[in-house]
Amino acid sequence: MAKDLTQELKFRDPAKARALAAAMQRNLDALGREVSVMHVCGSHEQAIARFGLRAVLPPQLKLIMGPGCPVCVTDGPEVDEAVALAQGGAHVCTYGDMLRLPGTSRSLADAQADGARVHVVYSVAQAVDVARAHPADQVVFMASGFETTAVATAAIALTDLPRNFSILSVHKYVPAAMEVVSRSKESNIEGFIAAGHAAIITGSAIFEPFAARTGSPVVVAGFEPLDILAAIVKLTELILERRPEVFNAYPRCVTRAGNLPAQKVLWRVFEPRAGKWRGIAEVPDGNLDLRPEFARLDARQRLGLSLDTSAVRDEAAAGLERECICGPIMMGLASPHDCALFGKACVPEAPVGACMVSSEGTCRIWHTYGGAPDLRQVEGRPAGQG
Amino acid sequence: MEKPVQKIGLKHGSGGRAMRQLIEDVFLELASPVDGVGLSALDDGAAIRVGDQWLVITTDSHVVHPIVFPGGDIGRLSVSGTVNDLAMMGATEPLALTCAVILEEGFPRADLERIRDSLKATALEAGAPFVTGDTKVMGKGELDGIVLNTTGVALTRRVVTDAGLRPGDLLIVTGQVGDHGMAIMAKRHDLGLQGDLRSDVAPINGLIRAALAAGGDDVVAMKDPTRGGVSGSLHEMAAKGRVGIVLTEQAVPVRDEVRAACDMLGIDPLLVANEGKAVIGVRAASAQKVLAALRAHPLGRDAAVFAHAMAERPGAVILDTGLGRRLLSEPEGELLPRIC
Repeated sequence: MAKDLTQELKFRDPAKARALAAAMQRNLDALGREVSVMHVCGSHEQAIARFGLRAVLPPQLKLIMGPGCPVCVTDGPEVDEAVALAQGGAHVCTYGDMLRLPGTSRSLADAQADGARVHVVYSVAQAVDVARAHPADQVVFMASGFETTAVATAAIALTDLPRNFSILSVHKYVPAAMEVVSRSKESNIEGFIAAGHAAIITGSAIFEPFAARTGSPVVVAGFEPLDILAAIVKLTELILERRPEVFNAYPRCVTRAGNLPAQKVLWRVFEPRAGKWRGIAEVPDGNLDLRPEFARLDARQRLGLSLDTSAVRDEAAAGLERECICGPIMMGLASPHDCALFGKACVPEAPVGACMVSSEGTCRIWHTYGGAPDLRQVEGRPAGQG
Repeated sequence: MEKPVQKIGLKHGSGGRAMRQLIEDVFLELASPVDGVGLSALDDGAAIRVGDQWLVITTDSHVVHPIVFPGGDIGRLSVSGTVNDLAMMGATEPLALTCAVILEEGFPRADLERIRDSLKATALEAGAPFVTGDTKVMGKGELDGIVLNTTGVALTRRVVTDAGLRPGDLLIVTGQVGDHGMAIMAKRHDLGLQGDLRSDVAPINGLIRAALAAGGDDVVAMKDPTRGGVSGSLHEMAAKGRVGIVLTEQAVPVRDEVRAACDMLGIDPLLVANEGKAVIGVRAASAQKVLAALRAHPLGRDAAVFAHAMAERPGAVILDTGLGRRLLSEPEGELLPRIC
């Protein structure tokens, strides 16, 4: 095992990290006030929490995770649809974390425990395999994820599919949610860090109209700790200079135009429509629905899903769920520590809210990495190599 | 808000918060006052005053799947576990061991003899004589193969607890961490990993004797990072010593094979079990002396200072990643069930 591969990644150089933190501090000092910025990606939060990056940020900078987890933002009634399908006898295939995501009252895992045929798949192609293996049954792929994942779903929709296969799209479109957060009166987010992997597909240019409209700069960032710190430095610079521009801080992977063939496939199959995001309310253009010409693949239309899901709802939902503050957390208005349930009644083995279910959710990530209180004040000298 | 559990789960045996909670809720009732370290201290063992010395006593039951794994077997594990628990109390000269065996109907005699040989060889290595034992057999399906229970006693003039840290003390780990847990996991799940993943299971009373000889009274706290790993040990030492602990991630020795396997499985090596390592708290002035003594011993060649205690944030364990800082999570559930 080569040592330089496991231990000495150039993206993890402590001296460079300190230099970036100092540059951030200079920008913040020049601004002379507090600044809140938001990133919209669970993978960014993973790296921030894993490497303890919040501890090196200037105290005037608040780095908040927004609606960056596709599982978390899948709405309860959308899960109800999948549960209703499964309980109605269809095979329902979906990605792992979706299984435990609570609907209005039940999850797919609950349905599975009662004997419904629910399959965890790692790709949409596997869901098609399930359909081929069960030609006499209806097989539905509950398609979750942001625009990156939606491309894979779109690509398969353009192939020759078995007649018993259909798609329940709960795909979401991130730029639309950034718009909602940016316009929210309570949040005072001044700049956004955009997810590098999504931008590989969509290109950095996709954020240009957003930046112009809202006055919020956007920096596209990669996922190594220094990628993230460098992106924040650039973002504070753009805020300081009042330049609502888009900057690509991940040029080794992202171009301005993005992957054009993938975009073509995406928009050929899906169209943006208004939809409810869990905890965030209605997001105009926030859902990716199948276009009318793909109606034969649309589980909602094919299986008459316009849909009475009342059988799987329990309006007298548990009291715990009413205490859950995943919504304000995803809007950037609260942190997991503001939630009375965090780490107590709500833990990864028994999640109450969506943010604790998914490995991409803020609460789950904070819990995994010991929570993230402000450690900036703790001095203590580090132990040497001895 | 947390309800007491009504049914025991695997996580209640995994050395983390759930297990500690269960023990506190259910078994602390049994504690009665002793002259020394008793059950209520929840340390590696008990120490009872006998004249001008302390009688240290500890007991441990061992279940592991598979019973033979790269680097050891359940026999070596059960002697090492008990001898090491004595050593962590400062008692490095075991007087006697007992061994109780519970077998499942149908257990192969050849395997039993192999385990007997391993018990014997490891006891010899540790200088710990077996003096009594017990054998029981349960019906097929009433037990998974074999359970070994070992008890050990030793005398010592000075007891070291896991509560002795003070601000400014340094913490030493005696070698690479995570070897045992990852070896078991690789074998159990047939991960087919390349490289040499072997358990570190070994009696380390000789190593600890060397550390105590070099550091004397300046060795103030010890814990063997078995279930719950180094993180579990540090959380206990921080809570009981009412200090904060800051550890430097890059100073923790981890074999490349173990690091790669952990990365692949998304497991933090600091949460993985060890069976031949110790975390030793030392007054700063003696740290280099103790480190040198450890490194001069074959089982301590990779020892390193990796953490320090501070007055701020008592009970918290803070991980310095080199790029930033965060709280180190406390082992909670079952990371690797049934590894010791």
